[in-house]
Amino acid sequence: MNPSVEAGRATLGSAIGRVVESCGDTIVYVAAERLRDVLTWLRDTPGEAYDYLVDITAVEYRDRERPLEVVYTLRSLGRGAELRVKVELDPRGALTLDSVVPLWQGANWLEREVYDMFGVSFREHPDLRRILMWETYAEGYPLRKDFPLRGRFSRAEQVRQALTANPEAHYSIDELSIAAAAAALPADMAERLRRGERGTLPHSE
Amino acid sequence: MSRRTVELELATPGVDAQGRPVRVPLGATGLGAPGAAAGAAADEPPLPDQHMLINLGPQHPATHGVLRLVVELEGETVVRVIPHVGYLHSGFEKLGEYRHYNQIIPLTDRTDYLSPMANNVGFALAAERLMGIEITPRCRVLRVIACEMSRVISHMVWLGTTAIDLGAFTPFLWAFQERERIYNLQEMWTGARLTTSVTRVGGMLADVPDGFVPALRHFTETYPRTLDEIDRVLTRNAVWVGRTQGVGALTAAEAINHSLSGPMLRASGVPFDLRRDKPYLDYETYDFDVPVGEHGDVYDRYLVRLEECRQANRILAQALERLPDGPVNVADPRVILPPKSRAMNDMEAMIYHFKQVMEGVKAPVGEAYVGIENPKGELGTYLVSDGTAKPVRWRIRPPSFINLSALPKMAEGHLLSDLIAINASVDIVMGEVDR
Repeated sequence: MNPSVEAGRATLGSAIGRVVESCGDTIVYVAAERLRDVLTWLRDTPGEAYDYLVDITAVEYRDRERPLEVVYTLRSLGRGAELRVKVELDPRGALTLDSVVPLWQGANWLEREVYDMFGVSFREHPDLRRILMWETYAEGYPLRKDFPLRGRFSRAEQVRQALTANPEAHYSIDELSIAAAAAALPADMAERLRRGERGTLPHSE
Repeated sequence: MSRRTVELELATPGVDAQGRPVRVPLGATGLGAPGAAAGAAADEPPLPDQHMLINLGPQHPATHGVLRLVVELEGETVVRVIPHVGYLHSGFEKLGEYRHYNQIIPLTDRTDYLSPMANNVGFALAAERLMGIEITPRCRVLRVIACEMSRVISHMVWLGTTAIDLGAFTPFLWAFQERERIYNLQEMWTGARLTTSVTRVGGMLADVPDGFVPALRHFTETYPRTLDEIDRVLTRNAVWVGRTQGVGALTAAEAINHSLSGPMLRASGVPFDLRRDKPYLDYETYDFDVPVGEHGDVYDRYLVRLEECRQANRILAQALERLPDGPVNVADPRVILPPKSRAMNDMEAMIYHFKQVMEGVKAPVGEAYVGIENPKGELGTYLVSDGTAKPVRWRIRPPSFINLSALPKMAEGHLLSDLIAINASVDIVMGEVDR
C-alpha cells in the first residue's frame, strides 16, 4: 500500500475514496469534484512530490453497470514512487471533469485524446478539440464500448463523405483569422466558416 | 566575343559580359531597363505587415511523417504553431479489445515502427505482470538484446534524418548502413526486418539462431567506429552547432511539466532513466551510464542520443557475455504453445494447443501498468482485464505523442528554419503519435 493514501486521507478527508491494489500498484479512487484539489496536494506537498504526470486515460468496462473511469498515473521523479488516481463517472450522466492543464502542461493533449476517444469533457481546458479524429467527425467516440469496431457509418457512407468533404475544412476559422487570408476569403465562404459549417457536404440536401 | 566572355555568361546567369546585372530585382519599377535597379529601390511598394499563415505538411519531408503544422509567421519568426495529428490513426487500442493477448503483439510492431522489438517487449512485460508470469533468465537477456538493438536503429534513423533536415547528407548514409546491419540481424532472428513480433506472453517467438551471437558481437565491435565518424563530422561542425545550439531550449522544470520523457527529458538536465530508476529485465545489473544534457536545446538532445548509442552498444556487449543457456519460454503449457511435433502426437499437448488457439490465455481480473525506456521515451502499456482472454482496455502511453505536444512551446519565437530543427529533435514517429 502506498503511504501517500493514508497521508492524503488524513488531510483531504472524504475526497479520498476506496483503495485497490492490483499487480503491486496502488489505485486510489477520488471524488470527481475534488479531483484537482487532490492532484494539487499530491504534486505540491513536500513529502509526496508527485511532480510528473505519466499518463491520463480512461477505461470503460464491458459490464454496462460499471462506471467509466478516468485514470491519472502520477510519478515522483525524486522518490521514484508511483500512484494511480481514478475518478468514476456515470456514463449516463454528464461526462465532465476539471482539467489538470493548470497543473501540468503535458495534460493538454492527453485530455484532448480522452475527450476525442471517450467523450469526457474537461472544464477550463484551453483548447478542447478532437485530436486523433478530425474535428467534424460525426460517428461518436471510438473507444466507448457501444461503438462498433467498424464505425457507426457504413463503409459506403464513409467513402461518400470522404470524397465529398469540403476542402475549406482544412483550416479552422481560428487558424484563418490569424493571417491576412481571412480578409481575402470570398464573402460566401467566410460566411459559411463563421456559421461553423466547416466540413459539411455541399450536396447533402 | 572572346572565349572568356562566353564562359562568364555561362557561369553567372543574370550578369552581362561586363559583370553588370541584366535583370532587375523583383518589385522594382521600370522592368527591363538596365541600371534602373538602383533608383527603383527607393520607391518600392510597401509590404503588408499582417502575419502570414503557412501550412507545413502533412506531405512535407521535414515533418517526419504525416504531421501537419499550421504556422503563423511574423516575417520569418514563428508566432504560433498549431500541430494537427491523426492522419495515421489506425485504432490499435480499439482493435486490441477484440484480440487475445498474443494477437496484440503484431499490432505493437506497427505503432513505433522504428523500434518494433522494444514495443514487443513492453507489451509482453505488461501482460506478464498482469498474469503473474515469471520469465526465464535466458529470455530476460534476449529481451535486453532486443531493446538495445531497437535503440540503436531508432537513434540511427533519428540521426540520419535530422542531419538531412539540417543539410548534412553524409551521416545519413553512415547511419542507415548501421541500421541495415541490425535489420539483417532482426531478419535472422525473426524472419522479418520491420514487423518483428519477437515476443510472446511468457517467452519469445524463437530462440536466437546459430550464428546470431557472433554476428551481433561483430556488430558491437565495429559499430563504435561509425559513431566516432559521425561524432567527428557533426559535433564540432560550425553549421551543425550554429543551427542547433540555443534552439528550442526547455528548462528542467518545463520538461517535467510537459511530461517529456526519454532523451528529451534528459537533455533538459533531468537525470531520469527508467532502466536505472525503475529497473525491469535486470537492467540494474548492467554497467551503463545515463547521459544528461545541460541546456535542453537541440544540440544537447543530439549529444544525449549519440551517447545513448554508445551505451546501448555497451549493454549489448555485456548481454552477449552473460547470455545463459536454458529454456527461453516458461514451462507452462497453458501459456506457451507446445511444439508442433508434440501437438500432433500427444493428446494432452493437442488439447492445450487447441485451447490456447481457440480461447486464448486468460488473465485474472486486475490491471497493470509497465513503463519501459523506449528509444523515444517512456513507452507505457496499461492493461485492464476482466478475467477473459481479451483485455478490456489496452492503452499505449505514446512517448513521441507527448513529446510532440511541447512543440509549440519550444518553437514559438524562433525562426521558421529553426522549427524544422526543433521538430526533428523531438524524434517523432507518426505511427505511434496517431496509433
